[in-house]
Amino acid sequence: MTAALAVIAPGLNVTVQDLGRVGFQAIGVPTSGALDPVMLRLANWLVGNRDGEGALEMRFSGPAFEARGDVHLAVAGDGAEIELMSPAEGRSPAYRSVMVPSGQRFRVTLKGAGPCYLAVEGGFNVQPVLGSLSTLAIAHLGGFHGGALQAGAVLPLRLARPALATELALRPPKFAPAPAIRVIMGPQDASFTEAGLKTFLNQPFTISHLSDRMGLRLQGQAIEHSGSFDLISDGNAHGAIQVPGSGQPIVLMADRGTTGGYPKIATVISADLPMLGRLPPGAELRFKAVTHAEAVEALRAQDALLAQLKASVTPYRDANEELARALLEENIISGVADAQA
Amino acid sequence: MKQAASLPSPRPRFLHCGDAALSVELGDGVDRRISARVVRLHRHLHAQPLPGVIETLPTFRSLLINFDPRETDPASLADAVAAVVGDLPDEPLPSRRWSIPVCYHGEFGLDLDEVASLTAMTPAQLVECQASVWYYVYMLGFLPGYAYLGDTPEPLRLPRRTNPRTRVPAGSLAIASSFASIYPFENPGGWHIIGRSPVSLFDAGADEPVLLAPGDEIRFEPISPQTYEALHRAGVRPRLLDGAAQ
Repeated sequence: MTAALAVIAPGLNVTVQDLGRVGFQAIGVPTSGALDPVMLRLANWLVGNRDGEGALEMRFSGPAFEARGDVHLAVAGDGAEIELMSPAEGRSPAYRSVMVPSGQRFRVTLKGAGPCYLAVEGGFNVQPVLGSLSTLAIAHLGGFHGGALQAGAVLPLRLARPALATELALRPPKFAPAPAIRVIMGPQDASFTEAGLKTFLNQPFTISHLSDRMGLRLQGQAIEHSGSFDLISDGNAHGAIQVPGSGQPIVLMADRGTTGGYPKIATVISADLPMLGRLPPGAELRFKAVTHAEAVEALRAQDALLAQLKASVTPYRDANEELARALLEENIISGVADAQA
Repeated sequence: MKQAASLPSPRPRFLHCGDAALSVELGDGVDRRISARVVRLHRHLHAQPLPGVIETLPTFRSLLINFDPRETDPASLADAVAAVVGDLPDEPLPSRRWSIPVCYHGEFGLDLDEVASLTAMTPAQLVECQASVWYYVYMLGFLPGYAYLGDTPEPLRLPRRTNPRTRVPAGSLAIASSFASIYPFENPGGWHIIGRSPVSLFDAGADEPVLLAPGDEIRFEPISPQTYEALHRAGVRPRLLDGAAQ
């Protein structure tokens, strides 16, 4: 019998995401994937998974589950915690794994602003669609039935029982908020006036509450076009900043449509995309133009930081004694919940 | 969008799209010969991949090259693309032709009467006019299986609706300006809905999730509501009429 997580409360738009769907943009399939691929990797490493295993992406309101079978899991993300509800009660912080015994109810509480990831050891047992587990809700593609978690759903796991002998933890990462989001100008910066380009690079913009996985809608001083804002549609790169007729920019994120006809003034560099995904509605940001060489240097620096974080994943034993005692005291017998299902 | 009056030289124009994508423009305008160049470059780079290239995305007049900036850079890619672009044949693609059944009746053609009145035609004339042309697939984009089809006959070219609908049913055949498309999924939409097709344009589980490809031609085949229901139940896909196998 395989283990599973039964959904008690679905949270807000909780979806399975991995590192994205590669190779199908030519037939109109967006890349999707984690808004914050750094956090996705951390969650996976903490349960011994490969970098790009599918995990649950959540933000603002986390889900609650009942474990069916013993489940090894971990959350990564600013301010995330596993809260044990019943029968055992207690808390397990982000950036370390925890063994949740069968029959235990728990939820993920989110206090930070960015996306958080819940990974289970071995991954969720869902079939890849076009090579990826990522959910694209608008096309009912991937994840669990192509959409967000629903109450009452049962999410099967690949492993019948935990395989890792120890719990894992890593040094909680500290990501300094960037002074500015770095961009490379273009592809259509020529569609803007000098004044428009100055507005874009010198004025602050606020992230609107209408932002979602497709795009971050920004509000600020209108960016002035030099001509038409209805161009011949072309490909949308990840992080492209399109400026429709309103002059209010939209940064195109993971679930962006593959093509679009609004002029794209600039494109966020790869290294700053995870940080951009972490910024909450209401946050203010500025843009700074950099060269291709600077962008690649930033990406290599991020790769090095990730390698350091991966190397910092170590077994721990006693760090969470109180929680371990609470789970032990409840004397939960593995398999009881399965029998009830 | 404008039609190109004459074709500019095939000399490519390169546009930076961040540190991991490069756009190669092969002309200016919505034009079948420019589209054919883009598709040829796309296929060439698929058959003979350049180092570091992850995938390419053909659009009306440009190809977006997605690459890993750890493995290559825009200058190397531009050199490599410039070297092959001149050797690609500058002529229309050998086309595959597809038939797509459409029911224009009643609730399926939500805006049929309105479009007919705006174009001073009867609904029957409108259907005959729209179903008499071979549409060309310029590109697939925006959403899985969404095909940008052109060119809608002159008399039927209208601006978008002033009030976009929040929900357009999957399969809806929509027209605006010189374009037409069929919505693969239920979506918001601002084009005029003149019919609905029972065909599935995107099937994630199939070996070929999308059958239509840029360069193909399609014709709409008017069907009755009874035929629509039967085909919808059967779950059909576009039907290949003739053309070069790929």
